[in-house]
Amino acid sequence: MTATVPPPALQGGRVLPPATDAAGAPRRRGAGGRRTAAAVLIVLTAAAYLLFRTDGAADGNGAAARFFDGVRDWVDANRDTSPFFLYGVNYVRLGVRLLVDVVQAALYGLGFAGLVTAVSAIGLVLAGWRTGLLALLGFLSFGVLGLWDESVDTLVLTLSAVLLSVLIGVPLGVLAARVRWVGATLRPVLDVMQIMPTFAYLAPMTLLFLIGEPAAVIATMIYAVPATIRITALGISEVPATAVEAATALGSTRWQLLTKVRLPMARTTLVLAVNQTIMLALSMVVITALIDAPGLGQNIVNALQRVNVGAAFDAGVAIVILAVVLDRITTNAARQAGAHRTRRQRQWRWAGAGAALVAVVATSFIAIDPGNLPQWSAAGPVNEVVGWIELHWYDVTEGLKNGISAGVLDPLETLLVTTPWWLFVLAVAAFGTLVSGWRAALIAALAAAGIAGLGLWQHSMQTLATVLVAIALTLVVGVAVGVFCARHDRLATAIRPVLDAAQTMPSFVYLLPAVALFGASRFTAIVAAVIFAVPPVVRLVERGVRDVPATVVEAAVSAGSTPRQLLWKVQLPMARGGLLLAANQGIVMVLAMVVVGGLVGAGALGYDVVAGFSQRELFGQGLAAGLAIVLLGILLDRLTQGFHNSKGPRR
Amino acid sequence: MAPMIAVTDLWKVFGPRADRIVGTPLAELSRADLRARTGCLVAVREVSFDVEPGEVFVVMGLSGSGKSTLVRCLTRLIEPTSGEISIGGESVRAMNAKRLRDLRRRQVAMVFQHFGLLPHRQVLDNVAYGLEIQGVGRAERHRQAAEVLALVGLDGHEQQYPDQLSGGMQQRVGLARALAADPEVLLFDEPFSALDPLIRRDMQAEVRRLHAEVGKTLVFITHDLAEALTLGDRIAVLRDGELVQVGTPEELVGAPADSYVADFVRDVPRSDVLTLRWIMREAGPEELCEDEPLSHRTVIRDAVHRVLRAERPIAVVDGTRRLGVIDRDRLLPALVSHHRQVPA
Repeated sequence: MTATVPPPALQGGRVLPPATDAAGAPRRRGAGGRRTAAAVLIVLTAAAYLLFRTDGAADGNGAAARFFDGVRDWVDANRDTSPFFLYGVNYVRLGVRLLVDVVQAALYGLGFAGLVTAVSAIGLVLAGWRTGLLALLGFLSFGVLGLWDESVDTLVLTLSAVLLSVLIGVPLGVLAARVRWVGATLRPVLDVMQIMPTFAYLAPMTLLFLIGEPAAVIATMIYAVPATIRITALGISEVPATAVEAATALGSTRWQLLTKVRLPMARTTLVLAVNQTIMLALSMVVITALIDAPGLGQNIVNALQRVNVGAAFDAGVAIVILAVVLDRITTNAARQAGAHRTRRQRQWRWAGAGAALVAVVATSFIAIDPGNLPQWSAAGPVNEVVGWIELHWYDVTEGLKNGISAGVLDPLETLLVTTPWWLFVLAVAAFGTLVSGWRAALIAALAAAGIAGLGLWQHSMQTLATVLVAIALTLVVGVAVGVFCARHDRLATAIRPVLDAAQTMPSFVYLLPAVALFGASRFTAIVAAVIFAVPPVVRLVERGVRDVPATVVEAAVSAGSTPRQLLWKVQLPMARGGLLLAANQGIVMVLAMVVVGGLVGAGALGYDVVAGFSQRELFGQGLAAGLAIVLLGILLDRLTQGFHNSKGPRR
Repeated sequence: MAPMIAVTDLWKVFGPRADRIVGTPLAELSRADLRARTGCLVAVREVSFDVEPGEVFVVMGLSGSGKSTLVRCLTRLIEPTSGEISIGGESVRAMNAKRLRDLRRRQVAMVFQHFGLLPHRQVLDNVAYGLEIQGVGRAERHRQAAEVLALVGLDGHEQQYPDQLSGGMQQRVGLARALAADPEVLLFDEPFSALDPLIRRDMQAEVRRLHAEVGKTLVFITHDLAEALTLGDRIAVLRDGELVQVGTPEELVGAPADSYVADFVRDVPRSDVLTLRWIMREAGPEELCEDEPLSHRTVIRDAVHRVLRAERPIAVVDGTRRLGVIDRDRLLPALVSHHRQVPA
């Protein structure tokens, strides 16, 4: 074993399935027959559409919405009487509230100076002096930005959610890796949890736990815990069987095997699991501002609703700084977890930790008001820049926005909205079978039928149209940049830190530049989604192209291929697994972002969800919209996931 | 003397519902047929042998012959399908989980091909691991571990981590770990296969030295015939899960049980392994011999000098009893290998 364990395949907080899990030989029908079938299907669908198209009636107050309103009324009426609430849900809420209060008391108790020292000391001891310095500067900057309290609130919620996730996720992950049926049961549940767009969690949480911190922490935990479970399970199952066998042969009990062999050997991966959990939790905590959770998210939401980019910018910067500091501390700690230390080094570490503790306690008695720090805000300059862009680039941005809206988005939207629901379901089933096999197609078709049943057909199809346009743009940009990076090493090294940074940022932040450029519109959501989803696509594509064996490339070059032929005839076909995986990942991320775009004028389902939080009479519709989003996610994911399973490259 | 390890009719079948095969007509099928019929794979088939206390017992076979499975069945790292195993007179298959752990902790230790060291522990703590899980205090287990490390020639490396050591040194740590709890039996599962040839020779010498020093019972798995011949008091040859032959090195070379074993030992220089009893002849009536007889345990190579110099045949004796005689005509064919050497 070397000291650096390669991290598991992580993209945007998701543990990727191996690109080539197609067991055995993939099913391949004759390409000709397949093509004919596709052509016939297209013609049939088009004909059916022309015959049966509807006029796309607007969504009324559907049965589903009324049902959810009924559920809400029942819950409100029984919250203090039903045993389900009295002895179950309410205790959970109280417990989580207690946890949040404890964490909050601890962080606020340290005070400004104490907390800054504590975080720097943790960075210093766990991850080295560079990280310690970064943490110091980062946390000082919260004071400088005038966002100290909000930052601490966000940190409190994040830490509470991470604590819960680790408490629940690590044991479950160990079980999933060690007990077959637990793993088999958890896998599909986690699959669905990971494709659920963040927005969809929020409404049910408010229903059960009311608005505020407990609901926010639980929603965050639900969002983050799949990664904890998955990565823990991965780490535990990756422990070499030889070491486990040797320890068994020496007479270890199961408990000893776990505590002395499996967990210590998986610890690098475990720290990575914590890292991913923190990143996901942070990105979700910001979003829970929508259900009244305190913190930096509030600033962003308020500013976005007033389309005041400058005001949101400071909070966005603070979130990014918080994300970078937490990420650096945990990734560098993971790196150090694998390092060997001599006794002297370990003694130094303990001494350092002790000194740091003393320093933290000492500084926590120093009362510094962060308001007395020199203040700086980017709001003014940023608003000036945005104003300048609006003034001078108006034609360009408007042209782009209107061109794509009128030229692509509107026709596609009309097409989808006027399609009768049964035709849509049939088309999904037919094309799904063709691309991904009947099982995936069946699930996708059921999801499509479910969307129709929710009575939000128009909004769902509008959202779908936006998603499709965004994913097309994402793939064009992502594949182009990815291929380019794979072929130019210098560019790849230059762009890698940018991609790294992009992946640690919470999704909310991506709305800011989009709003700055395009104001509030559907197109803004598309731009934000593209910015959000491009980095992982670039990575997957680059990896796919680079993973093409050097021997094959060499053979093609020696046969006289031009670089262009090499790309189109060898590298891209062989990287197909990576490309399709990229498409799958991209779609899930784009959907999540397009829905968040409901905040900045994207309308449709995302807006329904947001409206459901704020307006009581729209609650049922909001919940139905959340469900529709989940179904859309399942639909898109199944259609594309089957794809890389059935057609992955043979190895 | 009671055998240290006694194995009787041991079966290990992998696959779905493996227990329905032993004792039925299905058990008579060949490996391939059984696999086609039931999807089960027979790894160990009706194996019986005894290992005496203090003996070095080598199990040899090609990869896939079931030798690693066999040695794992001894301490139930792999659960046998049927058969009896007793270690120190106690039935292993009848042990409950606690007693079995105790057996693994105190009586039987194992050395693995890929070492199986714990990368997050220093060498000293790796060696002390077995004592640690028995609940031995920190100072005491470190003292014992340091002693064993000195025994395998690794003193001075206590504070290092496994990945800072070479392969040969790592396996010394594995060996020390096995020795730390002072077990009666040591199991070696191809311990030196992953090492360079030169290191491998060193390690074989090390095992011989340790065996002489500490006098444990050793079961040694290998696919390397030379290793088997060097180390083994007795060698068991395994093919497709079945024992083909169990015998001393010279029995294997001198009287292979079938063509499979014969093929195996074909390239062994016979004069290095066989003793005089394999090539002596009956003394003719009234035949005159040299004054000084040779012991029947003398390896042929060691007798060459005297036999070639002697005027007359030399008597081969067991103590004072004369077993036969040896002369040039019997000796020379044994020195020239019985098949043509293929030029490398």
